[in-house]
Amino acid sequence: MMNSNCGFEHEYNEGELYVRLRGEIDHHSAAMLRGDIDTLIYEKRPQRLLLDLSGVGFMDSSGLGLIMGRYSLVREFGGSMAILDPAEPIMKILNLAGIKRIIAIEKTKGAKKK
Amino acid sequence: MRNKGFSSVVRNEMKLTLPSYSVNEGVARAVVAAFCAQLDPAASELADVKCAVSEAVTNCIVHAYRDSVGSIYITVKILEGNGVRIEVRDRGCGIADVKAARQPLFTTDPSGERSGMGFTVMENFMDILRVRSKPGKGTVVIMFKRFAGRGENK
Repeated sequence: MMNSNCGFEHEYNEGELYVRLRGEIDHHSAAMLRGDIDTLIYEKRPQRLLLDLSGVGFMDSSGLGLIMGRYSLVREFGGSMAILDPAEPIMKILNLAGIKRIIAIEKTKGAKKK
Repeated sequence: MRNKGFSSVVRNEMKLTLPSYSVNEGVARAVVAAFCAQLDPAASELADVKCAVSEAVTNCIVHAYRDSVGSIYITVKILEGNGVRIEVRDRGCGIADVKAARQPLFTTDPSGERSGMGFTVMENFMDILRVRSKPGKGTVVIMFKRFAGRGENK
């Protein structure tokens, strides 16, 4: 159970890095996710990062830190970012932090899912 | 009444003590949610409780016991009238200025990519949040929530 409650898949296409997170995002899992996602960002230097949250069942404020941190990094490389398909409870905490004033939140209704 | 209409009659109670390992964030919220389930809360209400507990426990791990491992003491009481009282206590470093710490975006740990939203989440997702702290002694977070669900507990 140490690290198995979360993870992600990714795809890279013409400057667009698509990352689909799954599981539970808290302080424990965010530490691991952060390192792995940043490795990808450094490697690909995407013009656009799409963070798909449709597979995330739980997220607390550590997830907000994870999202904002990746946003800062992508911006350093001149890229932009969007959040895709957060479930209702995830949307609630994103709204509480006013994330959508900074990062676009898009509903794709699964069109982007693998 | 001190706790805004929450009964002081306790119908059920659980205690959980966990060492401040980050893997226990998930354990704590799952156990508390399982205990609260007897009140038949709505899924969104249970999600709120899980998030608030996760924040309180993460604070113990990241802040209270930042340079050490210590015990986190969680007590949950089911109150008459579909209410729940959740207490998360530590014997860690304490908070010098609780009022400042409760402000959105406040954090003492800029290096760790903390959002500073922990207390804001607890405050918004629960009905009452009380925080008492003594530097060098520890912190107690007490949260109340009433479930609108139609659950009848025995």
